[in-house]
Amino acid sequence: MSDVLKDSREPLAPVNKIIRFSSVDGPGNRTAIFLQGCNFDCRYCHNPETRALCNNCGLCVEKCPVSALSMTDGRILYNPALCILCDTCIHVCPNDASPRILWQTPSETFQEIRKQIPYIRGITVSGGECTLYPEYLQGLFTLCKEAGLTTLIDSNGTFDFASTPELLTVTDGVMLDIKAYDACEHQTVTGCDNTQVLKMAVFLASVGKLTEVRTVAVPELFDVRKTVLQTGILLKPYLPIRYKLISYRPFGVREQYSHYTAPSDLFLQECADALREIGWTDILIL
Amino acid sequence: MREITMEHVNQIRKDILETIKSPVLTHEQKVATMAGEADSLLEVLDLPEGLDELLNRPIDTQCICDLFEGHAPVRPRYIIPDYAKFMKEGSRFLQLDPPQDIYEAINSLLIFYKHVPSITNFPVYLGSLDELLDPFLEGVDDVTAKKLLKLFFIHIDRTVLDSFSHANLGPVETRAGRLILEVESELEQAVPNITLKYDPDLTSDDFALKAVQTSLHSAKPSFANHRMFRSELGEDYVIASCYNGLKLGGGSYTLCRLILGNIAKRSSGITDFLENQLPYVMDIMARYMDERIRFEVEESGFFQNNFLAKEGFIHQDRFTAMFGMVGMAECVDLLMKKEGKSCRYGQNSEADDLGVKIMDAIYAFNEKHTNPYCQITSGHFLLHAQVGIAQDQGVTPGTRIPIGEEPEELLDHLKHCARFHKYFPSGTGDIFPIDTTVHKNPEFLLDIIKGAFRENLRYLSFYASDSDVIRITGYLVKRSEIAKLRSGSAVLQDTTALGLGATNNGHIEERKIR
Repeated sequence: MSDVLKDSREPLAPVNKIIRFSSVDGPGNRTAIFLQGCNFDCRYCHNPETRALCNNCGLCVEKCPVSALSMTDGRILYNPALCILCDTCIHVCPNDASPRILWQTPSETFQEIRKQIPYIRGITVSGGECTLYPEYLQGLFTLCKEAGLTTLIDSNGTFDFASTPELLTVTDGVMLDIKAYDACEHQTVTGCDNTQVLKMAVFLASVGKLTEVRTVAVPELFDVRKTVLQTGILLKPYLPIRYKLISYRPFGVREQYSHYTAPSDLFLQECADALREIGWTDILIL
Repeated sequence: MREITMEHVNQIRKDILETIKSPVLTHEQKVATMAGEADSLLEVLDLPEGLDELLNRPIDTQCICDLFEGHAPVRPRYIIPDYAKFMKEGSRFLQLDPPQDIYEAINSLLIFYKHVPSITNFPVYLGSLDELLDPFLEGVDDVTAKKLLKLFFIHIDRTVLDSFSHANLGPVETRAGRLILEVESELEQAVPNITLKYDPDLTSDDFALKAVQTSLHSAKPSFANHRMFRSELGEDYVIASCYNGLKLGGGSYTLCRLILGNIAKRSSGITDFLENQLPYVMDIMARYMDERIRFEVEESGFFQNNFLAKEGFIHQDRFTAMFGMVGMAECVDLLMKKEGKSCRYGQNSEADDLGVKIMDAIYAFNEKHTNPYCQITSGHFLLHAQVGIAQDQGVTPGTRIPIGEEPEELLDHLKHCARFHKYFPSGTGDIFPIDTTVHKNPEFLLDIIKGAFRENLRYLSFYASDSDVIRITGYLVKRSEIAKLRSGSAVLQDTTALGLGATNNGHIEERKIR
């Protein structure tokens, strides 16, 4: 098991979860790796415990019913072999930060990915926001490329891909969230500005690395139609790109934000139709 | 012929009368059942000593099972006619000239099917339908072609009343193949079973994805590792009945099965099992099969008189026999328990290693045993992972992991399969119900199939967890038909009753959804 203190020249990243076979994180069968930590604070976040990093307060250690968490040198140590995934630690955390984290080097994560070969065609790294750890991604993707796997990034678009061409050369594509097109609305949804996000959407599309854009549709929170249509117009010169329209669902959402209602199928169909009218063809409603 | 007691005769008479009066059997099912009952009055086989106490036992101690083949085999168990020859030459006996167009081709096949016997009295192989029909579709528009294919498949489903009946597709994509998948997707029928012979070098992704989507609609086709089967059985192999690899123009004389869990019950531990009990039972089963084969070839007259043999649609020297086994899981768990260990098959590598060791022992035995009438498979039988029968309780099919004990990760399940599929050229397979609300991505399954076949898995089946047609153990049944039978109404297909038994005894509905 690795922890943050380990002596290594390899970059580290906090791995929250690895899904060995995933059908929903890009084309085909992929191993999906979820990193901890996010620089957005989306109201409808379905995994709010992946946003903050553990501050080692230790509250969860005594609550863990199977002693899968312990405190060594002021740091939480997580033992996945004992964990029964009961989520008690997540519920008692005052910081919304899962302590079930393994700090891994790219080679350590790759050992886990290798087990799925030849059943997978590639990997997708998601989060949290995985681009908070670009050196780790660079290392991991380089190893995956050597093994013939495709590499996708799931990102909120705050990372400046344009200034790190070496990461893009080992990245097959980015799946980018457009949370809201309008800057004020984006601020409401995520607590952050979106100038960089829209810039990245255009940049990635222009270099052929934008695999997919997606929007979680929460009509009560922002103007979904407007976001979809304006994103559609913005990226029209670079088609074909897939647009994934994801219906809001309350599962996992923090209580204070779980009152939103899911949009109707008809509403999502109308959004899709608006995209089709301006030339989009690959539209998926989930 | 040996004498039998009057007591035995009277028991059979009672059974026959009960069959006649049954409220849930159709007329055809009654006739077939009565034929089996009459056959049990015969005693013509020269049985090996020791067989009786291994064969004629209640299901919880029986070590050898002959799967209802009866006392005097009147025909081989599985018959694989060369339909391509029939399409080219017609049949004198059936008074049919070679078909000239799609109408005649379909009509001829439907006639032929009614004259292909098997253990079930229905054909277990219906041909490589895409290859057979594709040439006749030239110049026929899609609408007409689909209408004809639809009628053809409805006719099969309503007259070939048993889902052990199997059609093949692929490996190469054809227009007929595509249309058949479309029609099957629309019909959602239990019969016929269908297999796509899949080879990523020969089968286009497009066609394979269409097959995946069809399988999530109507639980078929299944996917056979074409490269693997071809390397073992040659180019002219077919998939028949549940998932049995056999030679075109041949078939299987017989299929008997070792009930491994019950053989383990006779053993004091692993060593006694491997050195004494298993070899003893295997030897008796092999000699029993030899005797059944001898009777079929030398005495029954089938190969001398049946038109299939006389006109060359089948050849006796292309037949082999299937040496079957069930209940590896129960066998390993019990032997481990007898050694004082609690590790379980499918969940523990020591237990799985023992499973492999047992398979190696069965394989080695079969490599040594020879039969003069199995020339086509070098004088040996072919190993077969049998899928069980409706009456089985606490007997897991072949080398499968018991339902309810499947590994959490699909990956680990597949890795387990990879250790065992290679032993069974005449068939094995695993089944995975898929949650289609989660997996809307057919490429996901195709990637898994591709990976699995690279790892030498042999045969995979999928169905949507909410589908009406589901795969029971190797054959297909409609949930709605099971419900009908459960409520006491007669149903058209024989396999529905087997499906009802297996869902009650085999917990089919509790299979882990992926």
